[in-house]
Amino acid sequence: MAIAAQPQMPRVWRAETKPHKFCPGCGHGIVLKALGEAIDALDIQERTVFGCDIGCSLLSWDFFNLDTVQTHHGRTTPVLVGIKRARPELVVVSYMGDGGAYAIGAQHLVSSASRNDLVTIIVVNNTVYAMTGGQMAPTTLPGQKTETTPYGRDARLTGRPILGPELVAAIAPPGAYVARGSIANIVQLKNFIQKGLQNQLEGRGIAFIEALSSCPTNWHTNAAATWRFVEKEMTAYFPVGELRIPAEKPSGRFQEVPPYGS
Amino acid sequence: MATRPVTGEQRAFMTGNEVVAWAALAAGADIMYGYPITPQNEIMHYWTRMAPKYERGFLQTEDEIAAGFATVGGVLAGKRAFTATAGPGNVLMQEAMAMAEMMRLPTVVVVTQRGGPSTATVIYSQQELNLTCFGGNGEGLRIVYSPASHDELFLYTIKAFNSAWKYRFPTFVLGDGYQSKMREPVTIFDPEARGITMEPCRPMVGLPGEKRDPAHLRNTYNLEDELYEVLTAAIKEYEAISPRVVEWDTYAVDDADLLIIAHGVVSRAARAAVVSLREGGFKAGYFRPVTLRPFPEETLRSLAARARNLLVVESAYGQLKRLVQVSLYGLETPVTGYLRPGMGITPEEIVEFIHAKELI
Repeated sequence: MAIAAQPQMPRVWRAETKPHKFCPGCGHGIVLKALGEAIDALDIQERTVFGCDIGCSLLSWDFFNLDTVQTHHGRTTPVLVGIKRARPELVVVSYMGDGGAYAIGAQHLVSSASRNDLVTIIVVNNTVYAMTGGQMAPTTLPGQKTETTPYGRDARLTGRPILGPELVAAIAPPGAYVARGSIANIVQLKNFIQKGLQNQLEGRGIAFIEALSSCPTNWHTNAAATWRFVEKEMTAYFPVGELRIPAEKPSGRFQEVPPYGS
Repeated sequence: MATRPVTGEQRAFMTGNEVVAWAALAAGADIMYGYPITPQNEIMHYWTRMAPKYERGFLQTEDEIAAGFATVGGVLAGKRAFTATAGPGNVLMQEAMAMAEMMRLPTVVVVTQRGGPSTATVIYSQQELNLTCFGGNGEGLRIVYSPASHDELFLYTIKAFNSAWKYRFPTFVLGDGYQSKMREPVTIFDPEARGITMEPCRPMVGLPGEKRDPAHLRNTYNLEDELYEVLTAAIKEYEAISPRVVEWDTYAVDDADLLIIAHGVVSRAARAAVVSLREGGFKAGYFRPVTLRPFPEETLRSLAARARNLLVVESAYGQLKRLVQVSLYGLETPVTGYLRPGMGITPEEIVEFIHAKELI
């Protein structure tokens, strides 16, 4: 009798730490699978350093067969910039949630983007602060209920959700790669992440990929409602696709300046 | 491309900030991550002028938080990375240094204290002792050197890199605004010329081609037992290395009735006060902790037990005095403080205070 086919784990996944530590229905596993497949495809396991933030992303601290550093909330990118500047031959991946990227770590994101640092930043957007118990995030949708917006997010009080890739795309110099994918389309997400790693390998500039993701635990949703939220409500506010590709010609006052270490 | 910035020994007349930059070069520092704040700015000014000539790196980050964390990254990558800061910048940098403390990362930070709290003055102070020794959300497992002269600033900047990489605790050189800005004669040297071997650096991440398990470095622990185990081991190691790390300086202490205790540049005023008191026939001596963390408490205890009075002199409101009192707990020798937060202190003031308070 034929053995039923098992879903393939990326080679770079660490089998000893699987099943992983994320909640059932969490999107992190899917994003990390896309990243793992991209690293496998590029065969860069030996020289890749993976950095994770605080929040749910920290649970990936032993997820891969990769050198990994788990840092402070919002500080993953400066740590990896510190590594990359000291050792340009390494490939660095900065992995965090929407809070680490757009709230507590926003100054680092803005500065890395404007410097065109050779890092690949992956931001998992699930519209909430999940590990701390479901508070409002910079990406919480208008009207969305969280622990600190119990009657729904009121944009008049708290502003509108941050469009991270649009922000980075607006300020990053030529050579940058910026995209937004979704766990609802893992093939496309993997493609975006792989292009983001390729951008670093080729020394063209910063790579920034946001992944729309799920948090049924804090959304209090069942499977159907979870997917509906990701595919319909999130996508309506956060459009999926590539926002910047490195082949674009420089425009305006931007000049072609190769990034440091390229 | 020149490789050795300093050969043999050379006499120079320069500011403290310049001394630090030359010392970092001589120590083989690979990269500096910095953010401007007075009075340490010229460290990076000199570094950025000289570094490219010796193939060293620099990045001006977006703030001190990033400078601290990028330094952490540089160290993880196996490079002799350092940064420098002061005052409110030192406050911001404590976040990264807490991570370095937890993960035993050999970071080096040069602090040039300015007045505080908050923005305060950009001139001078000794008010960053607490912050530098104990500023993180932890136990203060750090090495903190307090140099008193430009010669020491050079020596202890080199030493900071060696202690950091040897013992794996975040290491600080705690200078001040006067040291930063004043010029004085100094002998700069190639460490090798004095028989100092620089501790080798080794990457903790990024070792392509080496057969090994991947490094999974973290500062988060799920269980209190797990954290307790890690911390207990670190504390035990810190205590074990402390006798090898502690340094102090004394003058005229053998028969001293009054022991004046001071650190950093204030100790030079204290020493001058002792000289002046001795000339007047008064039995005064001085004790200076060169390392504030770990603190040379055993030596101080034995000296303090022999004295009739102790006087702590500092440009802060009791930050050193508290360290002294904790170290001498149970000893009955009275401790008086001449405490001038953010103010410079002259030998004459100290002598006057001693007579006014009849400490001798």
